[in-house]
Amino acid sequence: MQTKKTTPWLYLAPALLVLGFFLVYPSIHTFYLSFFDRGSVRWVGLENYLHAFTNLVMLTAFGNNALWVAVFTTATVFLGLILAVLFDRVKYEIIVKSIIFMHMAISFVSASVIWKFVYAFRPAGASQIGILNAALELFHLPPVPWLIERPWINNLCLIAVGVWVWTGFCMVVLSASYKSIPKQFLEAARVDGAGEWIIFRKVIFPLLMPTVTVLATTMVIFVLKVFDIVYVMTNGNFGTEVIANRMYKEMFQFRNFGRSSAIAVVLLLFVLPMMLLNLRRFKKEGM
Amino acid sequence: MTERMNKVLSRGLLHTFIIFIAILWLVPTIGILITSFRPAQDVASSGWWTVVGNIFNQTQFTLRNYRIVLSRLGIGRAFLNSFTITIPSTIIPLAIALFAAYALAWMRFFARTYIFMIMIALLVVPLQMTFIPILRIFNRSNLAGTFPGIWLAHSGYGLPLAVYMLYNFVSGLPKEIFDSASIDGASTFHIFLRIVLPLSVPIIASLIIFQFLWVWNDLLVALIYLGGTPDVAPITVQISSLVGSYGQDWELLTAAVFISIVPSLLIFFGLQRYFVRGILAGSIKG
Repeated sequence: MQTKKTTPWLYLAPALLVLGFFLVYPSIHTFYLSFFDRGSVRWVGLENYLHAFTNLVMLTAFGNNALWVAVFTTATVFLGLILAVLFDRVKYEIIVKSIIFMHMAISFVSASVIWKFVYAFRPAGASQIGILNAALELFHLPPVPWLIERPWINNLCLIAVGVWVWTGFCMVVLSASYKSIPKQFLEAARVDGAGEWIIFRKVIFPLLMPTVTVLATTMVIFVLKVFDIVYVMTNGNFGTEVIANRMYKEMFQFRNFGRSSAIAVVLLLFVLPMMLLNLRRFKKEGM
Repeated sequence: MTERMNKVLSRGLLHTFIIFIAILWLVPTIGILITSFRPAQDVASSGWWTVVGNIFNQTQFTLRNYRIVLSRLGIGRAFLNSFTITIPSTIIPLAIALFAAYALAWMRFFARTYIFMIMIALLVVPLQMTFIPILRIFNRSNLAGTFPGIWLAHSGYGLPLAVYMLYNFVSGLPKEIFDSASIDGASTFHIFLRIVLPLSVPIIASLIIFQFLWVWNDLLVALIYLGGTPDVAPITVQISSLVGSYGQDWELLTAAVFISIVPSLLIFFGLQRYFVRGILAGSIKG
């Protein structure tokens, strides 16, 4: 298309201005602030980073973020894959798909309240109003304080909330890719006498692998920054702290802008490999 | 014979599993829906599932929780605030992104690839990297705690994804349209207005849903730039503060949650088709 030299810049100007002001400049500034003390006055070198990597609560947060990344990503992607393949085989596919998928519209805040109610705990003997403990009661098992029992149960209970919301997303994406697999492939394998499980492992899964990779990357980037669920359900108590909540606390509760900035930079460092992966994918595909 | 038995059995197993999953996903939501209509003393003394057996007995239900939540607990106000925040925060970035995507897709100029690469990189920058400097500027210019402040912030944060998805779509439009329009003497802006915009309606629709849901459901950005001020707090912030002060009053919390879910579910079901298309455009093609 023939245009004057200045025209593209006119079209780009608003976007570049907004991006520069709200993303590029502040990111650089935050990096700079991470080398200063709590009030951004005195240069402290790497002190804030030392704190970020050695402080006990931060170490818990790192562990929990790793657990979030591992469990949340695996659960959403694999559950999404299994549901996509299984739902494809029934006539009421559209209904069950909608049921799972619609939860994407629910905010993490609301989802957290919904699940806090599911996990509601009262000491043994009192009537349980949380459905999970009521179910345990039915089997004459003692009630479990789901959100307090550390370190596995409460963290996994928080992760479950995220999985409940996001599995639908993965399912929809994988379902579209699954439906694009030519059905002859599957038929051919069936004629050859392969069982459904073998077909899934040897035919379906390899063909869906590129989509699975993209989805997994997206989920990892997303979940590294997890905040709302932890903030609403436990506020990081009982050993459920995560990096983003820590950054928020350092900023607003402790007013330590140096440490807060350093934690933000650490978060960026964690997503950096994913960013490079995305860029490489782009270079390969060309634009 | 046994083969047929096997087939029937495995079909049965499949249906059972699928229905089990669907129920598993629905139970928590049904729980809050029922609880939000039950009187406080009932909610405190028995589980919500106890009413499922005689769900048609209307005397056990009440609208009182909704009245309390909407008027006394500030959810009514917060609900309106959420709209005030969400609508401009959806439209502004989309408009800006449309212009940028058009230029990136159809004009050739110096640094085009680099600008696009920067957009891709910005897609994953954690918002946490931006909070402190922006909040300081907002504090100095009295934008903190105001609607225009958060509109601007959301516009910035929503922009990379909007540009990226629009670019993918607009660059896929057939080249011939642009060529023939150009030959007919249409100006760049004319082509944008008369050709690109109308053709992009489906992707614009899906971006509207994305950004609407993202902003409507956002907690963090609102907490940072609006604080807890009830005058401007959106419904997510209000609910999260109710969890602190009314944590055991489930009949109230569930009513508040249900109110917050209704608009996003309506948008979602109303435009689900576009939503799915947008997701696929954004995640598979990319």
